[in-house]
Amino acid sequence: MITANAVTKRYPEGHEALKNVSFEITAGEMVFLTGHSGAGKSTLFKLLAAIERPTSGSIVINGQNLAALRKSAIPYLRRKLGLIFQDQKLLFDRSVLDNVLLPLSIVGHPVKDAPRRAQAALAKVGLPNRAKAFPITLSGGEQQRLAIARAVVNRPAIILADEPTANLDAASAIEIIDIFRAFQQVGVTVVIATHDPLIMARVNPRILRLDQGQMSEPASTPSADGVAP
Amino acid sequence: MTTWLVQHLTALRDALRRLLGAPLNTLLSLLVIGVALTLPTAGWLAIENLRAVTGDTPGVQQISIFLALEAGPPEVARIEALLQQASPGSWHYVPRDQALKRLRESAGMAEIIGSLPKNPLPDAFVVTPADAQPESLELLAKTFASWPKVAHVQLDSAWVKRLDALLRLGKLIVVLLAVLFSGALVAITFNTIRLQILAQAAEIEVAKLIGATDSYIQRPLHYFGMLQGALGGLCAAALVSTGSHLLTPPVAELARLYGGSFTLQGLAGNDIVALTAIGGGLGWLGAKISALIHLRRIS
Repeated sequence: MITANAVTKRYPEGHEALKNVSFEITAGEMVFLTGHSGAGKSTLFKLLAAIERPTSGSIVINGQNLAALRKSAIPYLRRKLGLIFQDQKLLFDRSVLDNVLLPLSIVGHPVKDAPRRAQAALAKVGLPNRAKAFPITLSGGEQQRLAIARAVVNRPAIILADEPTANLDAASAIEIIDIFRAFQQVGVTVVIATHDPLIMARVNPRILRLDQGQMSEPASTPSADGVAP
Repeated sequence: MTTWLVQHLTALRDALRRLLGAPLNTLLSLLVIGVALTLPTAGWLAIENLRAVTGDTPGVQQISIFLALEAGPPEVARIEALLQQASPGSWHYVPRDQALKRLRESAGMAEIIGSLPKNPLPDAFVVTPADAQPESLELLAKTFASWPKVAHVQLDSAWVKRLDALLRLGKLIVVLLAVLFSGALVAITFNTIRLQILAQAAEIEVAKLIGATDSYIQRPLHYFGMLQGALGGLCAAALVSTGSHLLTPPVAELARLYGGSFTLQGLAGNDIVALTAIGGGLGWLGAKISALIHLRRIS
């Protein structure tokens, strides 16, 4: 489902963030992309989300080569991905419900059905009663749940999350990872960039380790269902 | 099709929400756009009224054909036949007796006319040409003059030329004003949209990241520009209509003092629709240019 082949990302100033990175992620897997700060996790996340393009090599998602993707096709690719950003990128002047309605509006989901669908997404992440609240009134963990609800409301086949538990306490981080596990168990591919050992200890996922922009040996191999026994 | 319609309706609703969300800003923008469109519209209306005044004034666009004094009914019939052949427009025959009668009825002329031994006036034709261009009028006058038993052809071509030049100058000024103020309208919308994009940069960035196309982001901005321009056009129509309503009585009084009657023509329904459409089109153009330039900076 996701294949990276000899991916290199070099920035104009000469810094090489990724060097010859290759991996394959099959449908329904839960994969942790890990490594120290500056290892290239966020760069790889941006490449997978088509926010940036690789300097060389190829990334293929569901048969689409991102390196060759026309600019006008990028929005349609992103609609098939559930993107969760490190800084969440919530709209603080809009209600929780309106934040979740935004992706539905973008794909032209019927207006009458959209609130029901958004409420269902909020219920999945444990925020069924906060629809009218504004994000600023939510805790850090709730804001991250809201970001997840927004990412999954269009029922993507792949979820990409960049440091989703950064700045969260341990309890909140575990709750967030449990939500991701729930999605993975219903067949969604989940790719999480993180360097949080706590959540890696809770789940037993396949791990792709990056070290100074290069893929090092995997710390663990995928289990049958991608979760800890 | 449904998705397309839903997205357009959503964008329209969003644009309306933005317009109503800042009523004072909207009101001021509409007023500025209204005034910008009022000036060329008022100029155009003034020229149309002037054209109507001069078009209705006897003699301004008419050619008088005076026959020789010795011309009799056969010559009159001949000229009539020639006029029918030439089809220059409409005409009517003024017999010499009728002309004398009219002259006698004029104030202070009865005694003078009464003292004349015989009728000194010739038979005449008054032609109102279909083509009122000065060049065409002159050509017609030359043709009439070449006909048999025509003693004199009267056309105040200098006056017609002056009037035509004046109207053309007026039209040019109106066109220049229209171009200038259309540019102003585009610039106003351009700036309004620029400020909106700056204010909503975060929202636009998020929307792009989660799959919004450029069309999705630009659509409400286009609708906003179009609505603002169209409402500005309506505002201009209201200003011009109020102005012409206020000027109608004094203009009618002035015309009465000159012995005529004239009613100032205001904007017709079609004119108001056209003004609204022009305002909307220019607003859309300003929004389109602004969105193209400023959205590029948000990746």
